[in-house]
Amino acid sequence: MTGHDHSHDHSHDHSSELGEMDLRVRALESVLTQKGYIDPAALDALIDTYQTRIGPRNGARVVARAWVDQTFHDWLMADATAAIASLGYTGRQGEHMVAVANTDDQHHMVVCTLCSCYPWPVLGLPPTWYKSAPYRSRAVKDPRGVLADFGTTLPETTRIRVWDSTAEVRYLVIPQRPVGTEGWSEDELAALVSRDSMIGTRVVEAPSARSTT
Amino acid sequence: MTYTTHADLGGQPGFGPVTPEPEGELFHGAWEPRALALTLAMGATGSWNIDTSRAARETLPDYRDLSYYQIWLGALEQLMLQRGQVFADEIASGQMHHPAAPVARVLQAENVPAVLAKGSGTERPASAPARFAVGQAVRMHLGRVDHHTRLPAYVQGKRGTIEHIHGAHVFADANAQGLGEQPQWLYTVVFDEAELWGEGTPRQNLAVSVDAWESYLEPAA
Repeated sequence: MTGHDHSHDHSHDHSSELGEMDLRVRALESVLTQKGYIDPAALDALIDTYQTRIGPRNGARVVARAWVDQTFHDWLMADATAAIASLGYTGRQGEHMVAVANTDDQHHMVVCTLCSCYPWPVLGLPPTWYKSAPYRSRAVKDPRGVLADFGTTLPETTRIRVWDSTAEVRYLVIPQRPVGTEGWSEDELAALVSRDSMIGTRVVEAPSARSTT
Repeated sequence: MTYTTHADLGGQPGFGPVTPEPEGELFHGAWEPRALALTLAMGATGSWNIDTSRAARETLPDYRDLSYYQIWLGALEQLMLQRGQVFADEIASGQMHHPAAPVARVLQAENVPAVLAKGSGTERPASAPARFAVGQAVRMHLGRVDHHTRLPAYVQGKRGTIEHIHGAHVFADANAQGLGEQPQWLYTVVFDEAELWGEGTPRQNLAVSVDAWESYLEPAA
């Protein structure tokens, strides 16, 4: 399809507007349903789960709790799976969790050079870049170059530690709490924490001004 | 048999910059969430394990030309074709032409939250004490492996240090080949950048770790 001049001749059959991949997936889903291997309603439930329930806001709550509660922080460092489960985040692709906390001296970054291993219960589905060849190839050799792609610059004196998740252990980066957030509530803090900061490609920036509510 | 993975990318040159994307951007096309859900739902039938599916993905001949969910979909089709669960004429037509091959279980919508929340942990009881201790120097296996493995090429033959012991875990290499779980001790092994990339590579003040099963390791002199 050329894309610009199709408006006059295309039919109103919706399938004509679907791409090759849409048709291929639809055909497969149809066959698997006919064969009784899958429940289409389960597909809807799976998609809804990762679009609305399980995503990086979960991880942001873990980070915010660790920032305000030293006991939780210590538990998280000692047994991340249990500490994270206490907030209700468990299961698929997060069965064995390790939390790694950034400091002035050390910055953590997580990659899976072999596929796309990622802590789903706390971060949801990985972004495209995390699964891409540029990130997977460069994160272990040129992490400062990767950080530059995200606009992140760290002092040369900060040691970078890259965790290549080659087995079933999943890593969550606990970014540094920015200055100027003293007295903030857990909810306010969680709102500051980006997905990328929990993978380690960004830091959590100091807020320019706190909302005066 | 010659096993070739196209997925072992650590340290390889020439892939260009990373393109960040906004946090809410999960899918790029209506088919992607369906492909994801199909893969998860078929995985839940118990017809194969996660290591078998990783092997199916990384050996797709056109791996590097495919988007990630295209890789997942291609591997899903392969796994089902190999098991006689679907046939090429069915994939092409979207119609069932052959009898179904029974699956162990079917994921029902009402069970999705519980199945996801439970996951499938890989830690198992150990049958022997751990061979290595935290702080010990080890050298990673070097040489061709003719099956799925989780030992990346960039650490093969390199000297590292045991940093953490994770308990005994299902051994991916064996599990991928259908040889059972054969659990082994799993270690985090950390490497200095000069050991991995040589003295000629500009220093980044960097250390890199991998998680490695015991049979990937030998004591370092």
